[in-house]
Amino acid sequence: MKSERVEESRRVGLFVTCLVDLFRPTVGFASVKLLENAGCQVDVPMAQTCCGQPAYNSGDRADAIAIARNTIEAFEDYDYVVTPSGSCAGMLKKHYPSLFKGDPRWEARAEAFAAKVHELVSFLVDVLGVRSVGAAHAGTVTYHDSCSGLRELGIREQPRNLLASVSGLELKEMRDSDVCCGFGGTFCVKYPEISNRIVEEKTANIRAAGAETLLAGDLGCLMNMAGKLERQGIDVKVRHVAEVLAGMDDGPAIGRGKG
Amino acid sequence: MQITSPAFKENARRALSDAQLQKALGHVRSGFIDKRQYAVEALPEFDALRDSARAIKDHTLAHLDLYLEAYEEKVKKAGGYVHWAETAADARNVILEICRAAGARTVTKGKSMITEEIGLNEFLEKEGVRPVETDLGEYIIQLRGEHPSHIIAPAVHLTRDQVEADFRRAHDHLPVARDLSEPESLLGEARRVLRYQYFQADVGITGANFLVAETGSSIIVTNEGNGDLTQILPRVHVVVASIEKIVPTLEDVSQILRLLARSATGQDMSVYTTLSTGPRRPGDPDGPDEYHVVLVDNGRSSMLGTEFQDMLRCIRCGACMNHCPVYHAVGGHAYGWVYPGPMGAVLTPSLVGVDKAGHLPNASTFCGRCEAVCPMRIPLPKMMRHWREREFSRGLNPATQRYGLRAWAMFARRPKLYRLASSFGIPLLSFFKGRKGSFRYLPLAGGWTRHREMPAPEGRTFMQQWRDRDAQKQEARA
Repeated sequence: MKSERVEESRRVGLFVTCLVDLFRPTVGFASVKLLENAGCQVDVPMAQTCCGQPAYNSGDRADAIAIARNTIEAFEDYDYVVTPSGSCAGMLKKHYPSLFKGDPRWEARAEAFAAKVHELVSFLVDVLGVRSVGAAHAGTVTYHDSCSGLRELGIREQPRNLLASVSGLELKEMRDSDVCCGFGGTFCVKYPEISNRIVEEKTANIRAAGAETLLAGDLGCLMNMAGKLERQGIDVKVRHVAEVLAGMDDGPAIGRGKG
Repeated sequence: MQITSPAFKENARRALSDAQLQKALGHVRSGFIDKRQYAVEALPEFDALRDSARAIKDHTLAHLDLYLEAYEEKVKKAGGYVHWAETAADARNVILEICRAAGARTVTKGKSMITEEIGLNEFLEKEGVRPVETDLGEYIIQLRGEHPSHIIAPAVHLTRDQVEADFRRAHDHLPVARDLSEPESLLGEARRVLRYQYFQADVGITGANFLVAETGSSIIVTNEGNGDLTQILPRVHVVVASIEKIVPTLEDVSQILRLLARSATGQDMSVYTTLSTGPRRPGDPDGPDEYHVVLVDNGRSSMLGTEFQDMLRCIRCGACMNHCPVYHAVGGHAYGWVYPGPMGAVLTPSLVGVDKAGHLPNASTFCGRCEAVCPMRIPLPKMMRHWREREFSRGLNPATQRYGLRAWAMFARRPKLYRLASSFGIPLLSFFKGRKGSFRYLPLAGGWTRHREMPAPEGRTFMQQWRDRDAQKQEARA
């Protein structure tokens, strides 16, 4: 009876993120596993698409608001809304309320929704108090701090703490791990040359760290860095941090084939 | 100054392939950031000071007219003149009149971004008055016929070798065999050459980091001492300052000063912090006979009460550009006008129009590092987004972007349609990857694949797989 009540208070709606849904479902399943292992009951509402950042950051408020309303309606009944991305979590938590400022019907609703939103790793550590994930990963990794997670949500130590609990894993910090990788959503296709210069700087630091695997908490940044490493022929595997924490790191790395 | 912001993309491309510039920008990436970090860590109350400074400026901006008029009274009482200039042209004309009245043929100048903004040097030259920049960085770029690429380090885009070559070219009266291999020797040579100019100048023009309403003082902070000589030695001192430089009291200034140098260069204080209040009084050992202040609006008052008002808190420390990955990549000139980096991306559209400067607020990854280091807590990414909103609502961004966005939004707003399209399209895209995990080329994604591989989808979408898993669970239960 008691344990049931605990579970009831941990009903989590997983916001998968559009990139994970389309490109890397493994991250979604890793998130579900981590949350279920921590005692959560995980649901994936079918009415979700994208957090709306492409519209919001392009100045298109009307579409951003329409998408935000859908998302809020789909998730507001859960105890928590969790997402494996600092960037999308930042959008849901910090920017949705600003979209509805002054709207009598939606402002309070957006605030209440935002209060339930958490990025996956910080949710595990800060809310659920997870200290160890019981995974194993034989090898060296380096960790990139994605901008929104770091600066909007203060995610820095949480992934490092959980990675320290992974047996066999050794973290080799790169220089400037907190500097942008140059992805920036639509920025990378609007200003491809500048984006390229920034990611070159990043891959140089990744290479210099000398780790076998690069981890981060945002698929957008990971795809950018993986794509550049691949193009440069730098042999570093790229994964979402949730894959390693959930012990689901035996499939091909991001951008790598089966062969 | 000619605006090349509309050509930002071409400017950026040129900058990225300029080896000298890229070498020089390496120093921005390493030098400023570490020094600021040490200085901030050594001051536990830094964040509390930021809050206080923001409150001081917000209060001042809310009562800007009051404080400006109070300031004017104090300047007059001290024997100085205040000139109100609504536009850049007004400011230029007032300054020229002062120079003409003083019979000036040479004016020395301290470092000042507002005189760049109003295009003072070109104007004075055309009118037969010779401006001589006395800040080392400004002096170098004046020799080269360039404009500053950074608001506190105007020549940061140059390497030492380039400066040596410029000095050898410009100072051809000095011995060819002299040693200029150290930065100190370059500084020494500039000092010796400039020293003579101070005595020739009839008017000295400086900017102001702050104007103090309580006392009618203008304040400059410098490291080379050139500002002091510029304002003390000539007969006439002209202060050119934009209206948001006003601060109520000396106590307020002393708080903000604790943030300024730390954020800018990582110094606790600049070497010189110089207050000027009116002309020389009887009994004063030195100082100018005449003291003028030109208060420049040039579009700032129209920012008041808008979503861009917070930008007027800016104290021009340069921390935002020192920490900006885009600035690090392309340098200051690519931005195409006076103010580069994140602060320029917000301020330039306000002052010259977003139709000309539209690229600037778009050329940001929104990494948020600028806001994280801004001593005045200016929400720079948020304001860049506001500019993007204005561009979008005015239809200023490229048609391809607009149509792409519209098409994407049509799906993103309709979950069922989105699901249908993605459960068809993603497995198809995944099919084409073959045994490889990424694409070298992908139609419509040239901006991405020109520089990097495009990781391919793993296979079916998460949602497809999740639905199957749910269905299997239900079957098992039934």
